[in-house]
Parts: sequence; structure tokens; C-alpha cells
Amino acid sequence: MKKKILKILESLEKLDRRIIFIFIVGAIALPLIFPLNIDFSVTPPVQSFYDEIQSLPEGSKVLLACDYDPGSMPELWPMNLAVVRQLCQKNLKVISIQLWATGSPLAEAAFNQVAVSEFNKKYGVDFVNLGFKEGREIVMVSLGESIPITFPTDYHGNRVEDLPIMKDVKNYKDLDIIINISGGLPGTKEWILQVVSRFHIKLVSGCTAVSAPEFYPYLQSGQLVGLLGGMKGAAEYEKLVGETGLGRRGMDSQSVSHIVVFLFILIGNIAYFSTRKKKKR
Amino acid sequence: MDLGTIIWNTVALFLTLCIFSFLYKDNPFYKFAEHLVVGVSAGYFAIILYFNGFIPKVWEPVTQKGEWWYLLPTILGMMTWARFSKKWSWISRFAIAFYMGIAVGVAIPLEMQQRVIKQLHATMLPVHFTNIQGVWNLLIMLGVLCGLIYFFFSMGHKGVVGGAARLGIWILMIGFGAGFGLTVMGRISLLADRITEIHNWYLMVTKALWGF
Repeated sequence: MKKKILKILESLEKLDRRIIFIFIVGAIALPLIFPLNIDFSVTPPVQSFYDEIQSLPEGSKVLLACDYDPGSMPELWPMNLAVVRQLCQKNLKVISIQLWATGSPLAEAAFNQVAVSEFNKKYGVDFVNLGFKEGREIVMVSLGESIPITFPTDYHGNRVEDLPIMKDVKNYKDLDIIINISGGLPGTKEWILQVVSRFHIKLVSGCTAVSAPEFYPYLQSGQLVGLLGGMKGAAEYEKLVGETGLGRRGMDSQSVSHIVVFLFILIGNIAYFSTRKKKKR
Repeated sequence: MDLGTIIWNTVALFLTLCIFSFLYKDNPFYKFAEHLVVGVSAGYFAIILYFNGFIPKVWEPVTQKGEWWYLLPTILGMMTWARFSKKWSWISRFAIAFYMGIAVGVAIPLEMQQRVIKQLHATMLPVHFTNIQGVWNLLIMLGVLCGLIYFFFSMGHKGVVGGAARLGIWILMIGFGAGFGLTVMGRISLLADRITEIHNWYLMVTKALWGF
């Protein structure tokens, strides 16, 4: 019996990685097709992200920086939709910019899908998309001097100074918070370094899971007042906003696939240590 | 559902499968999709930067407003292209040196202020045992100190220093583990998104073909 188990463990050590791929695909696909609706709790960084926006008085002006690309859409697109939804629910004025060229059409799509279709918000009055500007950190600092000079025209070519939403908006002093949806560089770290302390404005961030550990120290130091990390963060935030979006739907897959990964790690280690004993003998 | 949407979604599905085929082994389909991504990205960014950078920041100021000094950074930028010539590549060093000088000058004070001083300040927390926060503060303080001791090589890692360094490496490992776990979560999100797209494509095509 013991020999038989050892033989199985030995064969597991030589397991073709493609078999593991099939298991992972199954663990992700099945819960997406047949949802399990596994419940999850809201963590403090996500709660404070939500609370910071919720505490703003109606009509406050918010800068929404959509700095991401289609490559990080699975994690950040659900956040972008949910953020726009909360901003519309609270009747806040949204000024969007992008420091990533590929972020402009995504921000535009999020506004059309939520602000226009669901809430009937008016472009130029309730929200505006100023588009992309090359220059990374220089653009961030330049916005502190003058937003209309940095972005003379919006994404559609309208003169920014002619838009009602931009009336009395000169620089960061006229904004209440910055929301950064960050896919990498330039992103949250650069907003913290260049803008938060220098211009005394609050920043909340929604970022990819890979970059989330880098931002937790900033959360602890108060340089960041709210954080959504990856699909889990998006799902928690969707729960607070009161919607079942892509984030929440993906959480079943996350949970099941994490169990599969955990089991493979466990089995792999048992196989390794058992066969190592035998090899030593 | 119009035909155009179905065709473009089918192209997207085909390219997704081309990329996934690499999981089996390297093949021409994967190479085709990979090269397509590189080509499309390069073309997209070239056009965006031309209309978003060159036209409003160089062409219009110089030709319409007579602000000739915008030519100076343009010349510096063009100098970096000299890197493609073995004979003239030294010219590019001036532009790179200029850029690096500015970047370092801007970065050092900010990095010190935001990433060192502010972070150090955030580590100086009150340690107490009246509630759980006091214990977390102690953990943060110990974590930072032990992590720093691990990277302190002027003393041998023996005795108390050795013990603290060992604790430091354990804390670092926990940090790496958390980072790795979040990376796995990120990668699973990407795969979940692609599988959702494949499922949506299947539903779209069956509805278009058979009406259900």
C-alpha cells in the first residue's frame, strides 16, 4: 500500500504542467457558467474608499484619472464602472483625464455605459472627459498650475473653458478628491509622489492586484485614503455600491481556482518531501 | 446583433485562442498574434503621440504662434534618434544626460520626502496593550526593525542580531508570499475575463444562428 502511494506521488512529481492548466481552466470556467454566489466581507481599505466619496457634498468636483489599458481591464474596468456609478448616485461633478493613451476610449465607454445610459447625465455639465496628455508626472504637476492650460481641449475637441462643468475650475484647489484607476506607471505611486502632499489633496486608488502590496504602506501612512486591490477590491466595492458587476461575478472563480492552486501546492510538496526521503535512503 | 459585431468578436476569440495555444507549445498562430499586438500597439501610439504631442506642442506653436523656442526640446528629442547610427550615437548622450539630470533633480527630493521620511514617520506608532491597534503598531515596528537588521551586514548575524535578522527574513517572506498571492489573483482575473468573453461569444453566435 505504502509503495503504491509512493508510486502515485512519484508520478505526480512528473505531472505534465498542461494537466494543471486544464484543472485551472475548469476551476475558473465552471463557476462563471454556474455561479456559486459565495459571500465575502468588505475590507477596511475598500470601505474607506467608498466612505471618502460618500462623504463629499452633492455637486463636489472630482478628478477621475483613468490610467490603464485593455490589458488590465479585467480588474480595473469593473472598478471604473462602479466608481462612475457611485459618483452619479451622489450627483458629483466628474472631470476625467488619462495619462495612458489607451485609457481614453475606456473612460469614454464607462461614462456612456453608466453616466449617460443609466443616469441621464449631461456631458460638459455633469461630467467631462479631457482625454489623454503625454508627459506623465509633468502633466500631474502642470494640473496644479492650470487645468485649462494643460488640457485646452477635451477628448471631443471642445474648448475646455467653454464647458459649464469647468467654470471656476482652475487647478487642484477647486477639486475635492482625486480617484486614480491605476494599471501601472504612471499611476498611483506617481500621484502620491507628485501631487498629494504638494497640493494637499486627498487620493483614493483602484489598482491591479499585482501592484496592491506596493500601495498598502501609503494607506497606512495616510498618503492614500482608500484602496481597491484587484478583482477582490472591485467585487467588495460593487457590493457597497449595490451592483452585481464583473468583479462580483468573478469572485466565485477566484475562490474555486485558489482552492485548486492551494491543493496543487500541497500535493506537490507532499510528493516532493515523500520522494526525497526515499531517494535519500 | 449586427454582423460586424459578430465578425469582430470572432476575430477577438480567434486571437485569444492563438495566444492560449502557447500553453501547449510555441507555434505559428501564437507568433502571428504576438506580432500583431506589437505592430498594432506601435502604430496606435505613433498616431496618438503625433496628434497629441507633435501637432499641439511643436507644429502649432512654431508655425502659427511663432514660438520658435519649442524647437529646442524638439532638437533634443531628435538627437536621441542618433542612437541608431554607430558613428553618431554619441550625440544622443547629450539629450539623455539632459533628461536624466532633470528627472533625477525632480525625483530625489520627492522620493526622500514621500517614500522615506513620510514612511519613517508612519512607522513611529504608539505601542500599547489597551486595544488591538496597539499590538498591530508593535508588529509594524518590529517588522521594520527586523527587516532593516537583516540588511545590516556590518555586524555578524549572531546572537540577538542573528535572531532579529532571522525574524526579519521571515517577515520578508510573508511579504513576498502576500505579493505572490495577489499576483496569482491578478492572473486568474485575466483568465476569467477571457473565459467570460469566450462564453459571451458562444451565447451571441448561438442566438444569431438559432435564435436562442
